[in-house]
Amino acid sequence: MLPARFDYQRPETLEEALFLLDRYGEDGKILAGGQSLIPLMKLRFASPAYLVDINRIPGLGDIKESGGKLVLGALARHNEIADSDVITARYPLVASAAPQISDPIVRNLGTVGGSLSHADPAGDWGSVMLALGAEVVVRSSSGDRTLVIDDFLRDTFTTDLRPNELLVEVRVPAPSPHSGGAYLKLERKVGDFATVGVAVQLALNDGHVATAGIGLTAVGPKNLRARDAEESLAGAEPGDAAFAKAARLAAAAAQPQSDVRGSADYKRHVVEVFVRRGLARANQMAKA
Amino acid sequence: MQITVTVNGTERTADVEPRLLLVHLIREVFGLTGTHVGCDTTNCGACTVRLDGTPVKSCTLFGVQADGRSVTTVEGLATNGQLHPIQAAFKEEHGLQCGFCTPGMMLTGAALLEKTTDPTEDDVRWAISGNLCRCTGYMNIVKAIQAAGRAMQDEKAPEPAGAAS
Repeated sequence: MLPARFDYQRPETLEEALFLLDRYGEDGKILAGGQSLIPLMKLRFASPAYLVDINRIPGLGDIKESGGKLVLGALARHNEIADSDVITARYPLVASAAPQISDPIVRNLGTVGGSLSHADPAGDWGSVMLALGAEVVVRSSSGDRTLVIDDFLRDTFTTDLRPNELLVEVRVPAPSPHSGGAYLKLERKVGDFATVGVAVQLALNDGHVATAGIGLTAVGPKNLRARDAEESLAGAEPGDAAFAKAARLAAAAAQPQSDVRGSADYKRHVVEVFVRRGLARANQMAKA
Repeated sequence: MQITVTVNGTERTADVEPRLLLVHLIREVFGLTGTHVGCDTTNCGACTVRLDGTPVKSCTLFGVQADGRSVTTVEGLATNGQLHPIQAAFKEEHGLQCGFCTPGMMLTGAALLEKTTDPTEDDVRWAISGNLCRCTGYMNIVKAIQAAGRAMQDEKAPEPAGAAS
């Protein structure tokens, strides 16, 4: 399949990239891992006049801890995240989600910044970042904006990014000592979009739930935060009763649609089961 | 756009449209047809090549993105007329039926074996989960990759004392 013609630019610095985005405005599109954008261009669902390839900008894919946060550079590849020692050691939700994205070869190129900016409701990172209370930093030639992920993900394939802005990093708060997290995903086969995905993060304090974060994948117009479920857990005694109640509330918050991957009722049921299982798993980690 | 790509160790230049996919650059401009176009939708992995050593689906990358980088295709596996261990193992273990997925399977398998020459069956199945075999001949593909790993260990291992060579 042949995409429509476009002009290709490969800036070597962030400044140069931002200059180009200013110049191209709505006609420009950023090329990161390209694992969603290029298929869309081949199908001619997307036909940007200008493509700004950011893959050669040094440092944009760094993974590090800084100021009590995990900082993921926009270009961090899914497989680099999966293989990161600091993430494996301290961020179990991130570590469990990364290897479940698409397939191993796609994960070699696909990036966290590209995935979030694409804002596919079946994308996995959005739910993970909702559950973790992450922020994103977006940059333009006029400066930075820091947005909580809830405000960044606005609608189906729609973010708060302006045409001249680039998502440069994702900041994930370091989990508290007694915490755990997990990502559960149902897919028909490796590489398929999620039928349902659930991200769960749980923090305990003095034997009670301090905070809970729950993000839902592929069951709404965008990645959803199961707010009622989160609130029902705050202060609760961690255990089957509280988890079952939260799972019911999360299922009620889901807005699934029937499609080839399953009926709406089925997907809602999977949300409930996954939230219950995810909370139980996170609780085990938090108590360990 | 003028680009230079090191293909299987040889520097090649081409003047291409930015929209030309890497797989078409390899097949049609460089004339290396061992890299196959399967689904053309990022699913099947038949077009897998290694970009600076990393397996990528060459139908989901523009040729211009390979400018200044090195690409290894199935034609680059053998050296000096000697099959790469993974090629020898696919032959020995009947790791192919129709052969369409084979180049991608071997390149993905070779990348895995550079990390570990002793992968478990699960490791292999996980590593090749982005490469589809429409013949469903996975059993022998997995066996071939593991056999290649053993062959690579033997190559590296010192000869036991007194062994005839």
